Amino acid sequence: MEQLLAIVERNLPVLVVVVPLIGGVLSVFMGRGQRPWLWACAVTSVVLALCCLLLVRVMDAPDHVVSCALGSWPPPWGIEYRVDPLNAFVLAVVATIAVVVTLYSRLSVMKEIGLDRQRFFYSLWLLAISGLLGITVTGDAFNVYVLLEISSLTIYGLIGMGKELDRRALTATFNYLILGSIGASFILIGIGYLYMVTGTLNMEDMGDQLRALQVADPGNRTVLTAFSFLMVGLAMKMALFPVHVWLPNAYTYAPTAVTALLAATATKVGVYMSFRFLYTIFGLDYSFDRVPNNQILMVCASLAIVYGSFSAIRQTNLKRLLAYSSVGQIGYIVLGFSLANMNGVTGSLVHIFYHALIKGGMFLALGAVIYRLGSPMLEDMRGIGRRMPITMGAFTLGGFGLVGVPLTGGFVGKWYLVNGALDKELWPVAIVVLVGSLLALAYMWRIVEVAYLQPPPEDCEEVEEAPLSLVVPAVALIGVSTLYGVTGVGIVEIARNAAAALNVPL
Amino acid sequence: MGTYNYWIYIILMMIGFYGVLAKRNLIKKVISLGLFQTAIFLLFISMAVVEGGVAPIHPPTAHDVASHAENAAHGAESHELDHAAVPSVFDGDRTYVNPLPHVLILTAIVVSISVTAVALGIVILIKQAYGTIEVDEIDSGEVAD
Repeated sequence: MEQLLAIVERNLPVLVVVVPLIGGVLSVFMGRGQRPWLWACAVTSVVLALCCLLLVRVMDAPDHVVSCALGSWPPPWGIEYRVDPLNAFVLAVVATIAVVVTLYSRLSVMKEIGLDRQRFFYSLWLLAISGLLGITVTGDAFNVYVLLEISSLTIYGLIGMGKELDRRALTATFNYLILGSIGASFILIGIGYLYMVTGTLNMEDMGDQLRALQVADPGNRTVLTAFSFLMVGLAMKMALFPVHVWLPNAYTYAPTAVTALLAATATKVGVYMSFRFLYTIFGLDYSFDRVPNNQILMVCASLAIVYGSFSAIRQTNLKRLLAYSSVGQIGYIVLGFSLANMNGVTGSLVHIFYHALIKGGMFLALGAVIYRLGSPMLEDMRGIGRRMPITMGAFTLGGFGLVGVPLTGGFVGKWYLVNGALDKELWPVAIVVLVGSLLALAYMWRIVEVAYLQPPPEDCEEVEEAPLSLVVPAVALIGVSTLYGVTGVGIVEIARNAAAALNVPL
Repeated sequence: MGTYNYWIYIILMMIGFYGVLAKRNLIKKVISLGLFQTAIFLLFISMAVVEGGVAPIHPPTAHDVASHAENAAHGAESHELDHAAVPSVFDGDRTYVNPLPHVLILTAIVVSISVTAVALGIVILIKQAYGTIEVDEIDSGEVAD
């Protein structure tokens, strides 16, 4: 027993990936009924426990790093799984969301996916989680590409499973597959060019070699090419404006549980990858001083905020409305790290956390409404606030978080973003953040007005509160985000630690 | 002309990229995506080339044979190799090409096949749901709905 514990202890970073990977394969043999779901719950719970253990280990470690060499090949020759405060934080967020959404998924999957296909659904589900965690935990650039494709391919499958509700799920999947593969290929090309100049695939080592190279040969064009390919590829993966086009349809037509998982984790992991490449591999000096990357990212992020929020206002399908709102929120996160100062990066990390909770929770609450109404359209939701008070209450509270009302989760991130922008005396950026909040208020107000102020249609059937197993996860996610919004200290501390680990200047 | 394979990689990639974006037939899009990814394989294989290099297969030397026999004689106990005795890859007059990009591309080929398989699977489902694989007809069908 002790021996087993020692093995778990030593291989913690690897187990985080291997447990859901094997769990996903085994899920196929779980038969019909609720067993695949129970299995998925068990596996994700184990993964969450491992991630929490890892977070504790990283915080306890003297240099805040837990490293694991695969096959005992020492880095930089072998593949290294390397966990520092930044990815320990992202791992914990992804694993938490995965557990909550899996617990939630039973009823909505029962309704949306055929009974005999559920084991395949949960197989893809666990493999996708495995890929997302893998991207976060690995310290090897090529490994990132492989795990990225594991998560992407399974997510294409999950979105495609929405075909029984609406055949447009298929065209959405195909478009996402094409754009996602091009994005991943660009990342692969970038990694290839980096390997050409550094001769290594280990991220830490790559970073050291590149810094040495920048002294010897500052204008190296291969590095610049690698940088360009990687930035475009990463932007596609995290759905940054103007390469966000796959996101709205994919979110709208995917099964509800999949949308919640995607919105809360997949794009966040894309953002994490950008952090790694920009800060650990290329380094701050290169990413933000040599290349006019700040300006490009900042313009794209600002446009994303304005465009995403404006498009959200025009939507009548609430799933699509929240999807466009996600495009805008990705803008805030990218804006934060393009500032490249302490407040900006802290704001960005804090916003990753809160947005994962809030948007995940809102999609879950919306899923509960759709479960009762059978429609995601705004016009069907007249008076729903009085008939489903808890669900819509959570949804509205989440909406206030998106707006960034003080004392909600969304406020903390935006506060640091505005401060970060003011530290750099970038007034227009601070104004964009505020305008974005006003636009968010506009699209949230439309929903609140329809849900609370309009009377329910007279010929409608009686609708009651959704089942507890749907309401509780939604309320939990949004409640936790609000709780942290009110107290707000712990997350900011962790985010500051992570930013400090990236050597972000004040 | 020494870098002509890099030019081929760029040209292939651009043909694939053009096809993915411009072709209106889903199968042609999938084919173009395959071409796009194959071009990347060429990039990786090209960067592995070392002038005058041979395939990185290390022929057994007399020393290897001797130590192998010795290991077999000692059984499982002494399977730990004496690292100083292992001949270095740079031994002798051979130059090897870099094997690592080849290994990476082996993985990337598997990924590419999976992407193509999933894409074709979705095309089949689209054909069943819409009765066509032409983007224009699919789009016009959506308007009619």
